[in-house]
Amino acid sequence: MNIALHLAWRNLWRHPRRTWLTIGAMVFSNIILVFMLSLQFGMYAMMIDNTLAVFTGHMQVQVPGYKDDMKMRQSIPDAAALGATLRESLAIDTIAVRASTFALASSEERSFGIQIIGVQPEQESGVSTLPGLLREGSYLADPNASEVVIGSVLARNMRVSVGDELTLLGNGRDGSFAAAVVNVVGIIDSGMPDLDRSIAQMPLAVFQDVFFMGNHANEIVIKTADLSLVAETKQKVEGLLPANADLVVHDWDALQPGLKQAIQADLASAWFMYGVLIILVAFSVLNTMLMSVLERTREFGIVMALGLKPGRLGRLIMLETTLMGGMGLALGVLFGGGLVLVLGVNGFSYPGMEEMAEQFNMPSRIYPHLQLIPLLLGPGIVFISSLLASIWPAARLHLLQPVQAMRAA
Amino acid sequence: MSTVRCVELCRTFKQGDLEVVGLDHVSIEIEQGEFVCLVAPSGGGKTTLLNAIGGLDRPDAGEIWIGDKRIDNLSKGDLAEMRLNNIGFVFQAYNLIPVLTARENVEFVMHVQGVSAEERRRKSEAVLAEVGLEGLEDRRPAKMSGGQQQRVAVARAIVSEPTMVLADEPTANLDSHTAEQLIDLFMSLNKKHKTTFIIATHDQRVVAYARRIVKMLDGQVVEDISQQPA
Repeated sequence: MNIALHLAWRNLWRHPRRTWLTIGAMVFSNIILVFMLSLQFGMYAMMIDNTLAVFTGHMQVQVPGYKDDMKMRQSIPDAAALGATLRESLAIDTIAVRASTFALASSEERSFGIQIIGVQPEQESGVSTLPGLLREGSYLADPNASEVVIGSVLARNMRVSVGDELTLLGNGRDGSFAAAVVNVVGIIDSGMPDLDRSIAQMPLAVFQDVFFMGNHANEIVIKTADLSLVAETKQKVEGLLPANADLVVHDWDALQPGLKQAIQADLASAWFMYGVLIILVAFSVLNTMLMSVLERTREFGIVMALGLKPGRLGRLIMLETTLMGGMGLALGVLFGGGLVLVLGVNGFSYPGMEEMAEQFNMPSRIYPHLQLIPLLLGPGIVFISSLLASIWPAARLHLLQPVQAMRAA
Repeated sequence: MSTVRCVELCRTFKQGDLEVVGLDHVSIEIEQGEFVCLVAPSGGGKTTLLNAIGGLDRPDAGEIWIGDKRIDNLSKGDLAEMRLNNIGFVFQAYNLIPVLTARENVEFVMHVQGVSAEERRRKSEAVLAEVGLEGLEDRRPAKMSGGQQQRVAVARAIVSEPTMVLADEPTANLDSHTAEQLIDLFMSLNKKHKTTFIIATHDQRVVAYARRIVKMLDGQVVEDISQQPA
């Protein structure tokens, strides 16, 4: 073994209790960081999946400008055919076409402004969880029937239930007056009051007929098998769009900017807490290395007298910290990763979580994800912080004079 | 060729409000292969002179030459390099590295010099045998007697074949038998390798063996005599 490594290793174990205490602080913080970051990353993935699964999908094909100004005139021609082409070319079933507008919905007693969406009933359940969140009745079955499913809050506000009729009044794509009478066949209860207050879905073919859309629609919604496939799929979709068509593909990040911002805000506040933890560990390392340097002043004087330059002595201190930090990192990653692995398989929940999850159609247990970034990011920062904390004790050696150092007690 | 030449060295120290004279215009020349004792009562300046020659301390004034190289104005790094390749130190309190074995302590300097592992091993075993520590190579200092530790220190000082060895009160912590063995060892190394020995001491047993005695008092050289060693 290299003598510098030998010396550094043995120096560490001159005071085994102190070394173990410092390594213990690193291991403890690393376990917390690995677990918390894995949990957060797991929750973010779940949060993104669940949010996008309700309605948005992982990406949408739209006409430029539609995302920010949802006018039904900004539509995709021959959208159903394009949707079918994409389904076939990408070998993905979870692609659905939608059209959307705002209309006045009237029951016998009340009228409300709502967002009415034309959907492909046979495809919609592939990109949205709403068809599975029916409280009453059934989802749209016949693509040519004048039927509608509406949100539970809207149904309550309009005082309608399954079997009742609604009259829809609005503008067609060409600006003309559009009207239709549709039967309520199902009530959706998504658990999100804002959505349940305004949503109504009807078959796309009927929508196109009522609102004079022809074969146009407003968006083609695509859901990939996994969030990690979004970028690759988006690239493929862009390549498959007709060359002369003025269309864009927006991924979930662009469609739901608030989601990413919420995650970033949560991560930022969590990092503040992690930062405090890392600083405490860094100070513990600083204390250990400073004590170690101070109590070996005489010894450092001797080796300097023998011809060792202060720079090499400094590197010895850094090597000692590297060994200590390396052990803290290895043990922290091992135990933290093991904990995440166990909980990743079995999951865990807290009191009240199951009821809440059921209400929002979410999994009833949290499963932290064992991924490389959360596994190594926190421990890596603790390791680097430890090295940074040992720079000062190492740098102090440059001020040491051999004669004075050898006189130290 | 003159190995060491000190010209008008001055060094003072602050002790509280007092200014203590360590060296007062000291000039001395020591030839290659000499065996010199610096003799002085405590505070007489012998350790200060030894530290200055060894580049461990800088004089306030004057010049120090080793061979044709002036060392009193070298940088900290250059001084370390000079010590590493030219000087072996033996200290009163042995000053071994406690976490290393006898062999590792001896190899330490060679390691810093960049000597290959094979060469280090060969030289350290030879020199430990030369100082009579065969079989004790893997012991740590704490498991050795004072005399054995001082032998390790001597082995460490001579293993890389320095041009001179500076020893500061090397026998102060040793019993008379061990001290005599150490002096014999110094003498034999001096004869065999023509290594210059400069020993700061007030131990008359050591002084008796020296061919040249430099007496100091209050930081000044007061007598420089040659004698027939015992």
